[in-house]
Amino acid sequence: MEVLQLLLDGVWAALQPVNLGLAFLGVVIGLLVGAMPGLGSVNGVAILLPFTFVIQQLTGTVSSPMIFLAAIYYGAMYGGAISSITLGIPGASTAVATTFDGRPLALQGNADRALVIAAVASFIGGTIANLLFTGAAPLLATVALRFGNPEVFALMLLAFATFVGLGGDDIPKTIVSICFGLVMSSVGFDIISGAPRLLLFDSTEWFSRGIQFLVLAIGVYGIGEMLWTINSTSNDIKMASAKINLRRVFRALLWMRKCWKGTLIGSFLGFFVGILPAAGATPGALMAYGVTKMVSSRRRHFGSGEVDGIAAPESANNSASTGAMLPMMTLGIPGSPTTAVLLAGMVIWGLTPGPLLFTDSPDFVWPLIGSFYVSNVIAVLVNLACIPLFIRVLRMPFTILAALIFVLSVVGTYAAYQNMYDVWLMMFFGIGAFLLRILDYPLAPAVLAIVLGPIAEPTLRQSLLLSDGSWMIFIERPIAGPITICAIVLMLLPLLGLIRRKFRAMRD
Amino acid sequence: MRNFMKLVLGMVATCLALALAPAHAEFSPTKPIDFVIMAGKGGGADKMARLMQAIVEQHELANRPLVPVNKSGGSGAEALVALNSATDPDHTIMVTLNSFFTTPLRQPGLEVDIMQFAPVGRMAEDTFVLWVNVEEGINSFEEFLAEAKARGSGWVMGGTGSAQEDQIITDFLNDTYELEIKYIPYKGGGAVAKDLAGNQIDSSVNNPSEALGFYEAGTVIPLVAFTDERLPMFPDVPTLAETGVDFAYYMQRAVVGAPGMSDDAQAYYTGLFESVYNSAEWQEYKSDKSLLGDFLPGDALRDYWGVQRDRHETILRASGAIN
Repeated sequence: MEVLQLLLDGVWAALQPVNLGLAFLGVVIGLLVGAMPGLGSVNGVAILLPFTFVIQQLTGTVSSPMIFLAAIYYGAMYGGAISSITLGIPGASTAVATTFDGRPLALQGNADRALVIAAVASFIGGTIANLLFTGAAPLLATVALRFGNPEVFALMLLAFATFVGLGGDDIPKTIVSICFGLVMSSVGFDIISGAPRLLLFDSTEWFSRGIQFLVLAIGVYGIGEMLWTINSTSNDIKMASAKINLRRVFRALLWMRKCWKGTLIGSFLGFFVGILPAAGATPGALMAYGVTKMVSSRRRHFGSGEVDGIAAPESANNSASTGAMLPMMTLGIPGSPTTAVLLAGMVIWGLTPGPLLFTDSPDFVWPLIGSFYVSNVIAVLVNLACIPLFIRVLRMPFTILAALIFVLSVVGTYAAYQNMYDVWLMMFFGIGAFLLRILDYPLAPAVLAIVLGPIAEPTLRQSLLLSDGSWMIFIERPIAGPITICAIVLMLLPLLGLIRRKFRAMRD
Repeated sequence: MRNFMKLVLGMVATCLALALAPAHAEFSPTKPIDFVIMAGKGGGADKMARLMQAIVEQHELANRPLVPVNKSGGSGAEALVALNSATDPDHTIMVTLNSFFTTPLRQPGLEVDIMQFAPVGRMAEDTFVLWVNVEEGINSFEEFLAEAKARGSGWVMGGTGSAQEDQIITDFLNDTYELEIKYIPYKGGGAVAKDLAGNQIDSSVNNPSEALGFYEAGTVIPLVAFTDERLPMFPDVPTLAETGVDFAYYMQRAVVGAPGMSDDAQAYYTGLFESVYNSAEWQEYKSDKSLLGDFLPGDALRDYWGVQRDRHETILRASGAIN
């Protein structure tokens, strides 16, 4: 009951005109940076961090600047979906999985449905995460602590397994794709020994930073997708019509009934992945997509405009972004790049994020939690209201749109790290992705691998150091064990299927 | 969007700078300054760098923003190479720690000569403390030695990176007390602190700033400080010297410029970070997080590097990390 009272006070504080205005402004800025390819919440938050000192001085509280930054974080999670769906370029790394099904749906003339589902799923994901956060923050912090290296690695294994085990895709090709992503993720300096790896062409400048995930994602989904569209429509380049009116929005809302499964999986899985330090919203969204595809009866339709394939990653990235606040606030460890910047902000405003934050600074914590709820409502309303505007993008003739996609891909790649090498690499990946697609290789697993590789590799090696090289560590530990076994079973399922088919064929 | 914001910020900052700066300023940055952090997010170096950035912003000490970039790969190798190949050395600075000494020694292939870097200023020396989880039931360094000895290589120490600060201390403990503590490298001190609090590892030699949150929450306790004198924050925690072994180890928290930085630019950054050092916020942070050491500018810092590099060379040779 006490929690409820604190929460109500918090929501009330978040509803004060100043805070409400800041939340609104933050959501709008977040939508914009989220929708811009190459820029994500981390850029928005980092650029506007200095501005928060002004807010702090004007309002005299520490919660107002944080409400502003948190609203940007939130808004960006909604915004990322917009360019993923309308342009096919992931607006932010967190929205990569949204392109898998969002883009095909838009190409079929149903962009409105995709956008509405993305917005509503985001809202539900955010709300479920807020409830979990409010109800069980300190308890969940202890859960996060139970997750050591072997547990995190087991979880990564499970994520890979969901992509291998039950995809409708060609399994050997899926594995090749994963391996390609893993090799890409190992370029750069070895995390443990510091040795340089795979610095091809003796070019330290090119590869010493490793291959940034966003470079691959924009190449594959921006340039690669554009080439594919040009190729597959050959001379007859015409976009499907994109109409929008209130009735269509309403009808799109009814589609939400079809994606309760993806939304729920995304909301809970996203939150859980979010609270693990070092993971964050991008792996959360990709894993939610994989798991939803796995359990869905419409598995085969994933990748060609399945609504559940939009709802899962969108609910997951919002849920994970709230989840990532949890280790930041209760353990003082950021769960994502954006929360690392937020953490810095809190230190500057004179707070000590850590186990004592909830008891020491309730006047900071509860208005902030209250603002999660408020910002979430603002974000979904602003987003739904703007959908007709986004749809207009799709009315452009493809000859113009293709040029726009190209320019945004180049600018977005450059903007992320201000490095021309990345732009060349992005082009290379784009053309490579196009060729691989002609050969019918699935590319989503490669993207998954380059995101999860940098988490999976060090945790694997640290675990094996811990166990003196014994692989049993992944089976024997109480939490890691069941996860690992699930992952192995999933990976072996296709093999079992094959044996069964062979067996049947022999009997006939 | 970002560039537009930078433009606006830049314009505002320029106006301020024009209004405030003395007309004869020799160097002032003409674009945002790359502020490279030689460690991962959430660790001690990261928090400190972001605090410096905030102080600069808050007091409007620079007319261009500092843009923090984490380059934690390869025990700092990634950051060192980035600085070595910086295209604009006058706008590239870095927050360093002791991997600044150890990584170039261990990897001559990087072709990094730290003496070529521009010494801007040493902001503090960080301290090391031995921590264990409360649930171990260990209350003194002697009990720690007994328990670690009994468990042999079953005792696990977590630390940041390989053959750098935390492992140097671990190796020292192993050699001096004939222990077989197993060392597991992590990407940053934040992850080490979390895993100690979660009982995934048995001990750490985190900096106070990294372990403080969990210490205050009563999850971890300090046993011994690797300093010359007891830390004011932990008056009851003995130094290793008091136990009869003369060993102290510190970590530099310094700001350096990219090789090839002009003298004017170096002087500018030294002035900038001296202002940061003297700010009330920095002084407060220093005492809150048990940091020691005075501000060391320019040549004094380079001399300090010379001494530290030789010491680390000796340590690494002794442990067999280099030959």
